[in-house]
Amino acid sequence: MEKVKLTIDNKQIEVEKGTTIYKAAKQLGIDIPVLCYMNLEDLGIENKPGGCRICVVEVEGRKNLAPSCSTEVWDGMVVNTHSMRVINARRTVMEFILSDHPKDCLTCAKSGNCELQDMAVKLGIREVPGQEYAEMSEYKIDFSPSLIRDLDKCIMCRRCEMMCNEFQTVGALSAFNRGFEAAVGPAFEMDIEYSPCTYCGQCVAVCPTGALTEKDHTRDVINALADPTKTVVVQTAPAVRAALGEEFGLEAGTRVTGEMVAALRRLGFDYVFDTDFAADLTIMEEGTELLDRLTKHLNGDKEVKLPILTSCCPAWVSFFEHNFPEMMDVPSSARSPQQMFGSIAKTYFADKIEVKREDLVVVSIMPCLAKKYEAQRDEFKVDGNPDVDFSISTRELAHLIKEANLDLKTLPKEEFDTPLGESTGAGVIFGATGGVIEAATRTAYELHTGKKLEDIDFKQLRGLEGIRKATVDFEGTPINIGIAHGLGNARKLLEDIKAGKSEFHAIEIMSCPGGCIGGGGQPLHHSDSGILKARMKAIYEEDADKPIRKSHDNPYIIKLYEEFLGKPMSEKAHHLLHTCYFDKSRKVEIS
Amino acid sequence: MHLLVCGGTGCRASASDSIVESLKQELENKGLSDEVQVIMTGCFGFCEKGPIVKVLPDNTFYVEVKHEDAVEIVDEHVIKGRQVKRLLYQDPEKKQSISDSKHMDFYKKQIRIALRNCGFIDPENVDEYIGRDGYMALGKCINEMTPQDVIKEIKDSGLRGRGGGGFPTGLKWEIASKNNADQKYVVCNADEGDPGAFMDRSILEGDPHAVLEAMAICGYATNASKGLIYIRAEYPLAIKRLKIAIDQAREYGLLGKNIFGSDFEFDVELRYGAGAFVCGEETALIHSMEGLRGEPTIKPPYPAEKGYLGKPTNVNNVETFANIPVIINKGANWFNKIGTEKSKGTKVFALAGKINNVGLIEVPMGTTLREVIFEIGGGIKDGKKFKAVQTGGPSGGCLTEKHLDTPIDFDNLIAAGSMMGSGGMIVMDEDDCMVSVAKFYLDFTVEESCGKCSPCRIGNKRLYELLDQITQGKATMDDLQRLRNMCEVIKDTSLCGLGQTSPNPILSTLDNFWDEYVAHIKDHKCPAGQCKDLMKYVVIEENCVGCTACVRVCPVGAISGEKKQPHYIDPSNCIKCGACIERCKFDAIIVK
Amino acid sequence: MAKIKTLADLKKMREDLQSKVDLREKADSPESYVQIKVGMATSGIASGAKEVMDFLIEALEKRNIEAVVSQTGDMGYCFAEPTIEVQKPGEEPIVFGYVDIKKADEIIEKYIKRGELVDGIIPQNYQVIDDKDNKKA
Repeated sequence: MEKVKLTIDNKQIEVEKGTTIYKAAKQLGIDIPVLCYMNLEDLGIENKPGGCRICVVEVEGRKNLAPSCSTEVWDGMVVNTHSMRVINARRTVMEFILSDHPKDCLTCAKSGNCELQDMAVKLGIREVPGQEYAEMSEYKIDFSPSLIRDLDKCIMCRRCEMMCNEFQTVGALSAFNRGFEAAVGPAFEMDIEYSPCTYCGQCVAVCPTGALTEKDHTRDVINALADPTKTVVVQTAPAVRAALGEEFGLEAGTRVTGEMVAALRRLGFDYVFDTDFAADLTIMEEGTELLDRLTKHLNGDKEVKLPILTSCCPAWVSFFEHNFPEMMDVPSSARSPQQMFGSIAKTYFADKIEVKREDLVVVSIMPCLAKKYEAQRDEFKVDGNPDVDFSISTRELAHLIKEANLDLKTLPKEEFDTPLGESTGAGVIFGATGGVIEAATRTAYELHTGKKLEDIDFKQLRGLEGIRKATVDFEGTPINIGIAHGLGNARKLLEDIKAGKSEFHAIEIMSCPGGCIGGGGQPLHHSDSGILKARMKAIYEEDADKPIRKSHDNPYIIKLYEEFLGKPMSEKAHHLLHTCYFDKSRKVEIS
Repeated sequence: MHLLVCGGTGCRASASDSIVESLKQELENKGLSDEVQVIMTGCFGFCEKGPIVKVLPDNTFYVEVKHEDAVEIVDEHVIKGRQVKRLLYQDPEKKQSISDSKHMDFYKKQIRIALRNCGFIDPENVDEYIGRDGYMALGKCINEMTPQDVIKEIKDSGLRGRGGGGFPTGLKWEIASKNNADQKYVVCNADEGDPGAFMDRSILEGDPHAVLEAMAICGYATNASKGLIYIRAEYPLAIKRLKIAIDQAREYGLLGKNIFGSDFEFDVELRYGAGAFVCGEETALIHSMEGLRGEPTIKPPYPAEKGYLGKPTNVNNVETFANIPVIINKGANWFNKIGTEKSKGTKVFALAGKINNVGLIEVPMGTTLREVIFEIGGGIKDGKKFKAVQTGGPSGGCLTEKHLDTPIDFDNLIAAGSMMGSGGMIVMDEDDCMVSVAKFYLDFTVEESCGKCSPCRIGNKRLYELLDQITQGKATMDDLQRLRNMCEVIKDTSLCGLGQTSPNPILSTLDNFWDEYVAHIKDHKCPAGQCKDLMKYVVIEENCVGCTACVRVCPVGAISGEKKQPHYIDPSNCIKCGACIERCKFDAIIVK
Repeated sequence: MAKIKTLADLKKMREDLQSKVDLREKADSPESYVQIKVGMATSGIASGAKEVMDFLIEALEKRNIEAVVSQTGDMGYCFAEPTIEVQKPGEEPIVFGYVDIKKADEIIEKYIKRGELVDGIIPQNYQVIDDKDNKKA
């Protein structure tokens, strides 16, 4: 690679040709402030529209200031990142941005976690001149089941648009209007509900301000907890325990499973359960379905649909309902772990503790915003009563814990309740991309071959690459496995299936970068992909520490089938644990 | 005998097509249809006096013709050979009628290269274009020149982009030619957006084949086989004529495969824009053609490397292309003798504002502003005093008296604090308030910013608001400092040319009309008497006879006073409608 | 329409088509051509000026003489109708009277081609029409 030499703030450096000024400066330890720029390096996700103009620097010989995030260095370049001209420009541009931004920081959902607020602090902005007569942009607030759009706070960084269009290929968000009126939203300024949005929440995960936030359900949870007539059970998704600590100042990747259980108990939940249990249950159903289709296929059945696709991710489910309605028989019919849990809690468990369905409240703690939408889907309700009453994000849980004067760091480690709190390592790894298919492989292998699996760590299925392929030898039968995270990557695999070009038997798809650990409901990563990697590591450590690491070995799962469901894919299991999909494709008619 | 009738959009708006009809009808009535041809041409440029009818071969130039004049033109001129004197142009200075356009000041100093065929040929007839050496340049390139020769010829000619930036055209072609790809594109930027500029439209309407020929030449030079014309949908006549021209060129095999029997293949398609100013910026234009949001992206990569659909693309504007066939036919050495050292050839300007001869002109680079405004333009309307001329559209600046003798070229205009832009020239007189002028342009840029970068999206709005405060007399001297700082930061930090130049109208008026700003702020007065909020209607007591006429006409009851006593206008109620002044017979009410 | 396959095709076509716009081309820079103005007021037409004009246009084209023939108003020599004014490039205009077809032929052959003077020249004691009119105005 060709190298170029340049000088930044009187310091010499040699970098690869094609490096941007921003990255070159970073190598020198100079942190040029950026606002619209975002880089999740390990995932190949980069947003550099060069729009905010906060990161401008002075380049000798150039007429105007250069955006450091998107200007490539050249040999002999001389850069000054803090000349008076730069500082004045940066501050003036920041004043412009703030002049069109609401000043309700005190009550903003992003307060304390807002990149714009941080920038105002960093640049020492004390007043916005001319604010008395400055017009502000005004839009109506868009409420949806999962997320809230308050475009008054949009600063046109375009990160959400990039995630939605480039990474997810959902295409629900794009810039509309021009000039001062410009903002980002669905076509024709529709509400997000009427767009092809999957509620993956990646727009929220990257929004630097309070323009995109989750729909807050913490009040509902507190009300339920306060209601003496209700029995409130909580389930926690695997990715939550690997990230919750960040909200309390712990290093990314710190596992706080025990502390989280303790906090939930102190918050007043009657039973603290684990979605991982339902993940094990998912493996039983989905794994059996996989084996069923596979066996038929190996026996020469041409009708059977292969590959089978996982269906645990609700945004992914919405995605194919919107974009591939003709392929709705390809994914597994198994419900997601959240919904399996709700269904079992409100039947099997409710019977066990002799509580009426309507008196049992199921709360889920999820790294995800699509789960909010999934919980209120009609097919997951019985007589209008949802299997999962409220789904709150990792961030919302952190707020609840803080509001209850609890400090996660000082809480003792406690254990989940039984029976729905017992889980295996297979359930835990659902939280990372490749985890579901690894868990399924562990079970399917043993069920198919009848042999005990010696090395259960399928390392070839792990990693952060967008699309991964691996072949697992089922004692002479090679099983081709595909993994995609990010709906754009999923789309590629789906197009292959549609074209009859897919070589896979089974494919796992997760919508978010890194899987659930990078979900839209997680603590904000602020474009640090190291955080995602640390969370992923934590997930696999948790798995390795588990005494039982295969779903079909979970004693409470075995008991559940014995006592209640019969066997996987039984009629009862079908009724309670499987679902069907709906065509949501929409043809917009333009007259 | 030929009767040429202007068929530009301006003259057509004054029903020039009905003139054609009437002339044809009248000629038929007199049995002269075979001998006299009526031809609808492109714009003659002298729009102030349109519709225009030119009679050839004696070169009589009739102005402000109406369809009912057809009978007289045919009876008198065609049959009897007598000019219709009342339709001749009257020279305002010499008070003489002039029959031949060559003797009119408006045309005297002009050299027409880009506009050579406008007002001369029937743009809907390819044969007329061929009769004027049309497609000879393309034939010459393909048969006698290598692509490198063509590029060298254009480089040697010194032609610079006429769209505003002034980038050397030959160099642009060379860069595009050096980037190898399986497919390359030639794009014609016909997204003319400067307020008041209409040269590109006139060329497309008057000489569409010249642009097609030039695009094909560019395709040959850069090894591109596809041409795209990005044209605003608001130009229906230009679109119609382009479509006809493309069809005709295809029929003759001048577009398509194996042009002039060679391997060279080139075809042109139209792409429509929705009239966003920012789409004149080449990266925004390309995104718009791709079906994406019309907003600019950072360069590099330049379109010559990664343009339309990611392929090398050469973008030139209409006027630039219109120069190409002439350069090839007459040679670089002919072309580069016209103009100044660094700006070769001619430039088309659209004259507008408080000037006698509004219209489209083409002059050699290096012509002074004075020649353009006072000779060609015929000076200021109603004998008022010249105050400023705004060049370069919303990106340009206001130049004053002291710049009048500056030879116009790319570099001189920038040095003077303005720019060439696409060639709009708006002349202002003593009645124009320069703060309001700056506000007018900012209103335009606020509207036309794409909204991508913060300084342009928000900053321009804040500039507009502060100018508004000044025109209301609500600003302070500190605000002027802040205004200048905002302008400089917006120029310094904006992503594309729009924001990098949008503060120019403010900066140039701050430099040249500082006192006028100060008057608004310190004295709460608008020297030009244009800012309504700063006007005060007062009664001159000595003149007021107390007739009460003003009291009766005031719509808001702001005037009071006893009969036969001097009256009083309450400034807090007065809406400055001017009704009282109009009514007062004694000149007793004035605006202060 | 036939395709233009070679540059020669185009050149030939241009030759044919040039006459279409020729009139305009020459009108744009008449000083480089022979200019002939035919007096075509009512009296001129009555005495056969139109025929003369038609003849001139045709004959000049046939004989490959680059010329612009145009009509003009009354030249003020009604006694000598039809009258024509001929101006060769770089020379003073000369007015001929009593021009019929025969005379016109002679003017072309002798004066225009060879520069010999022909009978019937009317002495130059007039001003250009425009000037006269402008003075009146």
